[in-house]
Amino acid sequence: MTAMPEALRRYHFPAADGSRIPYGMYRDAEIYALEQERIFRGPVWNYLALECEIPAPGDFRTVAVGDTPVIVNRARDGSIHAMVNRCAHRGAIVQRQIYGNARGHICCYHQWSYDLTGRLVSVPFRRGVKGVGGLPADFDMGCHGLQTLRVSVLNGVIFGSFSEDTEPLETFLDVPFVAQLKRLFHKQPVVLGYQRQRIFGNWKLYTDNLRDPNHGGLLHMFQITFGIARLSGRGGATMDREHKHNMSWAAQGSRPEDEAPAESKEGYGDTGRGDMDIRLRDPSMLRYHKEYPDDLSLTIASIFPNCAFQQIGNTLAVRQFRTISADEFEIVSTYFGYADDDEVMRRHRLRKANLAGPAGLVSMEDGEAVELVHRAIVRDAQEHSVVEFGGRGAIADQENLVTDVPMRGFWIHYCKLMGIEAGGPLP
Amino acid sequence: MTADMFIRLTMLFEEYGRLLDEDRLEEWTDLFIEDCLYEIVSRENVRQNLPLSLMLCDSKDMLRDRISALREANIFNIHVDCHIIGPVHVTPADAGWDASSAYALYQSTQEGQTRLFSVGRYHARVVELDGVLRFARQRVIVDTGAILTLLATPI
Repeated sequence: MTAMPEALRRYHFPAADGSRIPYGMYRDAEIYALEQERIFRGPVWNYLALECEIPAPGDFRTVAVGDTPVIVNRARDGSIHAMVNRCAHRGAIVQRQIYGNARGHICCYHQWSYDLTGRLVSVPFRRGVKGVGGLPADFDMGCHGLQTLRVSVLNGVIFGSFSEDTEPLETFLDVPFVAQLKRLFHKQPVVLGYQRQRIFGNWKLYTDNLRDPNHGGLLHMFQITFGIARLSGRGGATMDREHKHNMSWAAQGSRPEDEAPAESKEGYGDTGRGDMDIRLRDPSMLRYHKEYPDDLSLTIASIFPNCAFQQIGNTLAVRQFRTISADEFEIVSTYFGYADDDEVMRRHRLRKANLAGPAGLVSMEDGEAVELVHRAIVRDAQEHSVVEFGGRGAIADQENLVTDVPMRGFWIHYCKLMGIEAGGPLP
Repeated sequence: MTADMFIRLTMLFEEYGRLLDEDRLEEWTDLFIEDCLYEIVSRENVRQNLPLSLMLCDSKDMLRDRISALREANIFNIHVDCHIIGPVHVTPADAGWDASSAYALYQSTQEGQTRLFSVGRYHARVVELDGVLRFARQRVIVDTGAILTLLATPI
């Protein structure tokens, strides 16, 4: 690594175990720019799309990696390709539709035309008119294609990487997350629809949130209030060997009426939360129809750096995080079911989707929590977040939900990629 | 379609927006029949013929549960809503009327900062029960599919 960029000298991580995070890391525009280079374009696999979204040759979707616009498409031979959606000529967005089918991608500005592998195939008036104008005779079309990403697919889930140094996808994901993707995509998925949410805060406040199972039973009170789940239930957090990914999980009875809501108000103290006395008029959407061999009814598998795979009962989705600036990001969620769902299951998934997303009965709070933090940490960039639930020091899988240890795992890996020495001397 | 009917439908839409803006959400649910459908869906999904909603209540009980969850459990941005509802377009339908209109929904914070939160169109099926107009169906198609921050209070 070259000399430490100026922006990194501004912040100091005092603890090597990642238990202190300087606020400035969430607000600094130069840190954000560095993340695009070292995290999103670094040695990682970014989630791009699902194969079932682009089943036929020519099918494409436009997505983003960090804040870089990317086209994902299927070529004539059925192979999947991903390329930066920016014309090699003057930098315009090439494919303007968010989805569709195309023989190639043509930039509307000067009609430069690319094939489905990103190769530049035609430039109008390249030879000029009657030998006058046009491109120089030695202009090499082969050097002016769209910038391509490496692509790797696991069970129909498409990932892309900008870096030649990225390890193979299954090594990057590691055993628990390969298993989780194979579990969720063990048969043909079908897309049920999309949800989008713009949050006015730093994207890492959201990846932190996903690695903090402790907030679930304290902030998201829908399940507690209506006696459905609780922090004292069976659950935990599972990580990869580098602790950069995290799967928060919970296992519970298949039906909410099996639960015993009277117990375990204990721990909530006088917070006024944890009442568990109120009943829904129509609890049918809460029911979990067991559909995997295990008894996990809630799994949120967050893959470093840009996605999370969600199973909230029978509501299945993958969330892609698209950064916009240090102060804003978008969550684009693709909800899916399975091709062999009957009408009853399909209906159940659609009704149960009420629990998740920007209007989710158990998730809407996250948007508010991220913005509350982002607003309040505008000053005092050297002050720190405190991350000590589940203990300090070594990072290991957690067998309970009162923990935020996986957050520390994220930050230690983040620091490694950014070139920050956590716990090192003051710069 | 009589002028009287047009006025009654316009008044129903006015009441719908006003009850939401005044945080009288329980009374707002009473504008629906028991066997109602209330749905907020993005234009992005509608265009692709995809069924997923942002919010889906297929009975008045589910609608009431939504409101009691907001009252008892959910935490969301503290705000006041202001619905601007455009002229109602009405066509007679089986056992009622199809009524649609454009809307703009502004949200304001406690400090008085206002943002345009959502624009889109209402697509309602209205029926008359015991001489009173009620919503049998309200499908809100939002153009602002990228929800700003979060979506708690109904549109």
